[in-house]
Amino acid sequence: MARQPSARRSYDGVVACQPVTIPYRRYSTESAAWWIARALHELTRRCGLRPSDLDGLSLSSFTAGPDTAIGLTQHLGLSPRWLDHIPLGGASGVVALRRAARAVQAGDADLVACVGADTNHVDSFRKTLSTFSRFAQDAVYPYAAGGPNASFALITRNYMNCYGATREDFGKICVAQRDNALAVPHALMKRKLTLDDYLAARPIADPIHLFDCVMPCAGAEAFLVCREEAARAEGWAHVRILATIERHNAFADDPIQVRGGWAVDVDELWAMADVRPDDVDFVETYDDYPVISMLQFEDLGFCGKGEGPDFVRSHDLTNDGSFPHNTSGGQLSVGQAGAAGGYLGLVEAIRQLTGTALGDQVRNARIGLVSGFGMINYDRGLSSCASILAGSA
Amino acid sequence: VSTPLARPKRKNPLARTRLPLLPAGARSRTAHGLTRAAAEGRFALQVCADCGHVCYPPRDACTRCLSVRLPFKDIDPSGRLIAETTVRVSTDPYFRERMPWRVGTVKLDAGPVIIAHLHGDTIEGEPVKLVLKLDKSGSAVMLALPAQETPDMQADPVWREMTCDPRYRRVLVSDGRNAVGQAMARAFSEAGASIVFVGVADPWKPFPGQAELAGIARVEIVPLDVTDTESVNELAAQNGGRVDIVVNTAEHVRPGGIIARGNLAVAREEMDVRYFGMMRLAQAFGPVLRLRGADGASSACAFVNLLSVHALMNWPAFGASSAAEAACLSAAQCLRAELRSGGVKVLNAFFGPLETEWFQSVPPPKLAPAALAKAVVAALQDGVEDVFVGDIAQDIRERLNSNPKALERELGSQ
Repeated sequence: MARQPSARRSYDGVVACQPVTIPYRRYSTESAAWWIARALHELTRRCGLRPSDLDGLSLSSFTAGPDTAIGLTQHLGLSPRWLDHIPLGGASGVVALRRAARAVQAGDADLVACVGADTNHVDSFRKTLSTFSRFAQDAVYPYAAGGPNASFALITRNYMNCYGATREDFGKICVAQRDNALAVPHALMKRKLTLDDYLAARPIADPIHLFDCVMPCAGAEAFLVCREEAARAEGWAHVRILATIERHNAFADDPIQVRGGWAVDVDELWAMADVRPDDVDFVETYDDYPVISMLQFEDLGFCGKGEGPDFVRSHDLTNDGSFPHNTSGGQLSVGQAGAAGGYLGLVEAIRQLTGTALGDQVRNARIGLVSGFGMINYDRGLSSCASILAGSA
Repeated sequence: VSTPLARPKRKNPLARTRLPLLPAGARSRTAHGLTRAAAEGRFALQVCADCGHVCYPPRDACTRCLSVRLPFKDIDPSGRLIAETTVRVSTDPYFRERMPWRVGTVKLDAGPVIIAHLHGDTIEGEPVKLVLKLDKSGSAVMLALPAQETPDMQADPVWREMTCDPRYRRVLVSDGRNAVGQAMARAFSEAGASIVFVGVADPWKPFPGQAELAGIARVEIVPLDVTDTESVNELAAQNGGRVDIVVNTAEHVRPGGIIARGNLAVAREEMDVRYFGMMRLAQAFGPVLRLRGADGASSACAFVNLLSVHALMNWPAFGASSAAEAACLSAAQCLRAELRSGGVKVLNAFFGPLETEWFQSVPPPKLAPAALAKAVVAALQDGVEDVFVGDIAQDIRERLNSNPKALERELGSQ
């Protein structure tokens, strides 16, 4: 029995503001709690708030274990009346935003701090991989333990076989992002990357080569969700939320992932925002591997399925180009700080739309699209989400 | 096409022996349903008892109807390799020293999508056949093979890593005085073992088949008496580092139940030959087998127990003997856990009455020693852990699975 989804309410009156990034480090001896605290400290300092003024907290972290958000309230001395823990990896940022926005809209909380943070000890990555999920333990890790590199190698290989994408196409995405990262002070990879460098890099899991892979690191990202009138009263530069979507475990019958859940909800995304793909001034995709960015171009409606390679060939993806993409360099240049990787694009979008970019500012950026993707439980990423944001000017 | 296996070069005695590492062996309890199938060389997946949906990875509810009735069933292993990758960088120490390593995505005709190890002869886009194998950790993994057999398939390094093929390995058969020991020697020689050491106690005492045994290619007779600790230790000291597969053929079969025996004399003897004999072999050869579990393409790989199927359910006509076999089975389970850290398998071959003098009064069907030997070699080539050889062993196993109490009564009235 098919049911018509009910009409979505708008996010009018709610905004996101105060983008915070704690500069990443390749390895850290500090705990996840330390990185979370740094982000919250910086957020409250900028707002001129005391920690006790925060009445909502949304937390995403892989390495906070055995603690979850509740343990962190006592650890950090917070007493929120609204608390969320979002274990969705690369989908964490947008999902945190949409949940916090509804809480604020309904009056369940007024000031919700959203934080994505992870540490990276020397052996964290291997341990995270071997115990990431039950299916990973039973059916992926024992198969050469290649981690996400191997999983995305299979997805990339299949995409190349099906749609004729080449390494040069993926390379163009990576090279453009690196150009965007060159001016970002805290990007871990700031050396200019050429297409030749990209093509000549050492193979990791064919067809994935070194510059297709993100570098796991420690870091934290955060932002604040509050009522628009509060932000105006305090003089906080902010962005409005035009639309959001979220979907999990879509297209489970596709033998191998060639599309994400965005494709289910994309029409609703644009309809709710009441804008068209042409209206968007920049796009922040989740770029754990460039093939996933290409899927997002397609599934979010910038081009049709299988047209990703042509789309990339016909656009300049740098901040000055025809399709500014991953404007701070994305995870491929900045690093992947665990769940903070799911916040990176959103925090950058808030900066671009409030004219406070740390690197190159996209000219006249008024509308941006942010997309998230997370949780490769077995053979594919399960969570997808996206949001269209607008500057307040 | 696989490159035929080359005879391994002599090992440099000064070179360090590579220590065994294991791939990750942790599995959920449900996933050990695959281990159970792999141990016997079957291919089984969960099939929903309510809607027939085939599920993978192992799980606790059907993705089509949410039923929790998901038994493992043997199913058609055919599928297609839809994408492959060659992993060159791994976080896992075991795979790091075996890079590069191919894995791929297989779409099974029965439905599920399975990430699998790839045999070297598989081709992307082509049909494949999946098999379940026990990897060095002892847990089940999926291996994709070409749909049709290819020449020298068994020489593939991935295949060899998951099996115990005797080819170019050195084998110790513990007792060559009996028919089973002699059949084993012949079978291992024919399977391409580079040396078959055959233990003979009291070599000055002639025995039937002696000349034929000595005439088998690559057989080397060695003095060995499994009831004599010194003899076992001495052989291990001399040749322990040159033995890759131990096959315990020492037998002691006498009729009679517990009361029927009337005293402990024979029982002590059978425990000494069977249970303590196995223990002596394991204590003398186990440590070096375990240490040499990753010693090149012809590493140490298996300890083979030949067990009466009545280890699983007592046959009172041979009741005391069955009890000794049960002790050996229990010890084999222990040995399996102890050898696993070296990636060395324990193969238990279960069989019913043999065509030998000790079962002279038992009616057929009976198993020829040569058939047992052939089955043991095949089981090692397949890398299985438990094999039931012959009609009686298969029959007992099925009856045991369906109603152990009925089997107890049935064997008690034979």
